[in-house]
Parts: sequence; structure tokens; C-alpha cells
Amino acid sequence: MSFFAVENLSVRFGGIRAVDDVSFAVEQGEVFTIIGPNGAGKTTIFNLISRIYEPTGGRILFQGVDITHLPAHAVTQRGIARTFQNIELFANATVLQNLLLGRHTHRSTTLFEEVLFLPSVRRAERAHRRKVEEVIDFLDLQAHRDSLIAGLPYGVRKVVELARALCTEPKLLLLDEPSSGLNVEETEDMVFWIRDIKRLLGITVIMVEHDMSLVSKVSDRVLALNYGKPIALGAPGEVQRHPEVVRAYLGE
Amino acid sequence: MRFLFRTDYNQDIDLFQFRLDRFWYGMLFASLATAPLWLDDYWISQVTYVAGFSISVLGLMLLAGFTGQVSLGHAAFVGIGAYAEAILMQRGVPFPISLILAGVLSGLIGAVIGLPALRLVGIYLAIATFAFVIIVQEVLTRWESLTGGNNGLRVPELTLFGLAIDQDWKFYYVTIVVAVLCFLGVVNVLRSPTGRAFIAIRDSEIAAQSLGVHLARYKTMAFALSAAITGIGGGLFAHKAGYLSPESFGLIGSINLLVAVLVGGIGSVHGAVFGAAFIAVLPQIIALLKDLLPDALAHQPGLEAGVFGLILVLTILFEPLGIYGRYRKLLFYVSIFPLYKRATFKRQKSYTRTERVH
Repeated sequence: MSFFAVENLSVRFGGIRAVDDVSFAVEQGEVFTIIGPNGAGKTTIFNLISRIYEPTGGRILFQGVDITHLPAHAVTQRGIARTFQNIELFANATVLQNLLLGRHTHRSTTLFEEVLFLPSVRRAERAHRRKVEEVIDFLDLQAHRDSLIAGLPYGVRKVVELARALCTEPKLLLLDEPSSGLNVEETEDMVFWIRDIKRLLGITVIMVEHDMSLVSKVSDRVLALNYGKPIALGAPGEVQRHPEVVRAYLGE
Repeated sequence: MRFLFRTDYNQDIDLFQFRLDRFWYGMLFASLATAPLWLDDYWISQVTYVAGFSISVLGLMLLAGFTGQVSLGHAAFVGIGAYAEAILMQRGVPFPISLILAGVLSGLIGAVIGLPALRLVGIYLAIATFAFVIIVQEVLTRWESLTGGNNGLRVPELTLFGLAIDQDWKFYYVTIVVAVLCFLGVVNVLRSPTGRAFIAIRDSEIAAQSLGVHLARYKTMAFALSAAITGIGGGLFAHKAGYLSPESFGLIGSINLLVAVLVGGIGSVHGAVFGAAFIAVLPQIIALLKDLLPDALAHQPGLEAGVFGLILVLTILFEPLGIYGRYRKLLFYVSIFPLYKRATFKRQKSYTRTERVH
């Protein structure tokens, strides 16, 4: 049984089959990348996994448990975290608050304790903070701890979003275009971080990405989609040379 | 300029980060505690009104400012709190308990009203809650056996542990204590996971739920808490007014609360106090100005509402963070004098917002 598997997943919006009978399995500790031209259904798969969309068919299995019909917040509780293509941070809060929100699934205090701010709340807050600081150190965000998101440059926001996902202590991390909008140097950093996430933190990564150099540097396996259908699956080099893939990107 | 050198996580968890803040808040409490000694009855009564009203504004601030759910129905919670307090006291429930029960009742009704909020956003939610305020007003008018209908309801004299609260300064202390407790409670929630979840819902529901925030539960919680606090403000209002009638709790009341939130400074706890003070002071300023205006204009019906509306529009256009925003800028100006640059607070356009998924 694989760590994470998608079986015959489909979703239809009206007459459009955005994801059409897609199956793949991801092993623990792997970096699995989904590529494909615009509109191929890559992000839609992520939205199906994180339960923003309701699939019209198929199953999603995580550690042997069917999570296809769990509510969105419960998926995160099971250990699946994600980032968004265009960044969904809490813009009017500080970096620290955003990261602490990543600890939400680990909250241990009740509203009653919080209103009175009992010592248990302070203890829990300190524990969360310690964890958040580990992630801050991991991703070099020390300089931005107290900045408001709204005032940060795009590249930093991208890293903050990654940090927030890591704060949930996920077992599986979904990265939606981690390098989009980043310059060359920032993309290089992202390569190192994704490798470190895999190697040092032991987190399994599923990634949607366009930047082929990043894809080939970090991915173990690549799945290519076109019009919601899988067209190739294998090592990065193989998939890039696959005739179907070349045709999908360049035309006949 | 102040710089915080952190050596302990507690410094970020504590209420006051700077020693100077502790000093100023200490001064504030000291002056509040001694106010009856050096303020005359008129001002004590005014401060009592602002403190009591600021509790209700705080309730709406929690919902509108921190959870991003705009409600036009909060006057109804003021009404529910006020009537509950008066009726419970008539039945012989002693004071602090009656006020807590009034808050609880208001909170429970708030949780029920929060249910449509799970499906409605923005203006639609405002309209649904707008209907609620009218329903409650109608119920208060028709349920004569309990509320006395249009004849109104006399609020029994307040006694606290056998002590008659029969003078302005005594009621002043009651109000200040309740207000401080409410503010402290809200600030505590805001620096804990629940408060952060509220802020998350306000800024991005989609990110909030992908971080494991149970949207329905937290929105309901926000509504309940907000309604409870507003209801406690209503309970105090009952004693301040001494006499309740349904028309005090109509749409105008709701709009006043919303104006207080927006003008005070949306998304700030301080803003609740500033907003309440603004609502208390403005009618008096308008009354003073009436003498200066030409007759035709001064006796225009709806002059007050017009001025309120104008200020609201100007606030949203030119100072979206209201009086609190202005206050912060002033503090900043002083703290870095003479290095202030106009561009520091210039609003920047942001192009990184994503399109909504639903």
C-alpha cells in the first residue's frame, strides 16, 4: 500500500473534464512533481486533495485511509499541508501570526482558558512559538518575523507561505508552483529548501511546477498531464523527452 | 525611537511589550480609578456612557474588525442584553449574575444568528442581520407580558451585594470594572489560537481552512462571543437608561455601532473606545454647531444622520483605519521626530491577491 494514492480521480465543471480519470501513487519520502501546460488540471488536483473542490469520481487515499470526503480542515489535521500558487497569506497579520496559525491543528487550549489567559495557554503559546522559531531558522526568516505580510516583497511571501505549511508539521506537503514569481536566486534557494525538506525533515512532497530546471533538480518522479489526462509518468529526464509531453507543450 | 530587544518569548505574549506602555496604562487606570474625585457628575456620566457603549462596540469590533463578518444586527443584541438584564433583575436575580446571564442569552441567540453567516458573505450577511434587528424589535414590542411592549419597561434599581448603586459615581465604577474585564477577555482571546483563527477567517477563508480552521465552528464562535459582549454592554445600558422601550434598539442603533467600529478604527481594540467616544461626543458637537448654522439648515430633519454619514464616508476614503490609525500615525510621528516622511504611510496597491476559488 502506498503512502498517498489517487485512484481514478475525476472532476467535471459543467461539460469540462478538468481532471479526467487520474491515478498515481506517491511513496513516503519522495518528491513527486506534476507538470503540464496551462489548464492541464494540475492545481485542480491540489484543490481536490485539499478538499476545496468536491471530486465527481474516484478516491484519494492517505496512509491507507480514504480522505475523499473529509471536510477541508480535517485533511490538514491528518497531516497534509499546502501552499497556493498565488499566495494565500493573512495579509493584515504579521509573519509571526501567520506562522503561529500554522500551529492551529496542534492547539490544545479551550476558549474558556484563553479568555482568562490561564498559565496553560501561555505554556501552549510558548511551545508553539518554539516550533515556529525552528521553522524560521530553517527557512532564514528571522529578519521578517514582525513584518506585516502586506509590506513584504513577493519572494519573501512565498517563503513565508512555505514556512506556514511547515509549521503544521505535515507528513505530506503540497507545493503549488513554489518558484512562480521568484527570481533566479530565489529559485535556487527554493531548490535547496525542497531538498532539505525531503532530506532533513523527511516530509513527502507533491509539487506542481513549470520551471523545468527546478523540476529536474529536486523531483524523484514526474507526472505529466494534458487536458486533465495523465500522458507520462517517470523520472524527470524521461518525461521531458516523452513524445506526448513534447507534443503537449510544443504542438505537432 | 523605541526598539524592543527580545530575550524571551513571553515578551511577545505579554499584554504590554514596553515598560513605557505599562506606565501609561497604569496612569490610565489610576486616572479612571480616581476620576470621581476630580471630575464633576456630568463628565462622570459621560465617561460611564462611553465605557458602557464601548463594550457593545467591542462586541461588534470582534466580529466585524477581527473576523470580517459585518453585522447590521447588533442593536438587537444590545436590546436582548438590556431586556434580559431588566427582566432578570425584576425576578430577583442578583446583579453580577444577571449580567452574566444576559450575556450568555445574547451569546446563544448570537450563535443561532451566526448560522446563516456560514453561507452568506459581505453585503448579504449584512442584510440578513438587518432583518434580524427588525424581528427582534418587533418581538420586543409584541411580547407585552414580558417586555411591556410600547409602554416600556422600568429597570429596577441596581444593588450590588446589598449596596444600592444609586449615584452616578457608584455606577461609574460598576461600568468601568465590567468594561475592563470585557476588554481584557477580548485581548486575551486575540492573543490566543482562537483569536488568530478569527483573523485568519477575515483575511483568507481558503487559507484558514487549509490550515485546519473549522470555518463553521469558528464563525459561530465569533458570532456568539461578539453577541455576548454586545449583550453585556446592553445590560449596562439598561441601568444607565433606567427605562427601556423597543425603539431604542432599532436599525439606527445598529448603524451607530457600525459607525463607531469604522470611525474608531476597524480591526483594533483601541478603536472600540475611540469609536464609542466619537458616537457620544458627536451629537453634542452637532447641537453646539446648530446655534451657529443658519436656521433653515439647523432645523433640517436628519441633520445628525447626514453628518454621521458624511463622516463615515470621509473616514473610509481618507483614513480607513479610523481614529486609531490617525492616533498610531501621530505616535509614530512623535517617536521618530524629525524624521517622519509622508510616504511612510502611503498606501500601496497590492497586486498579489489571488482570484477566489469560490
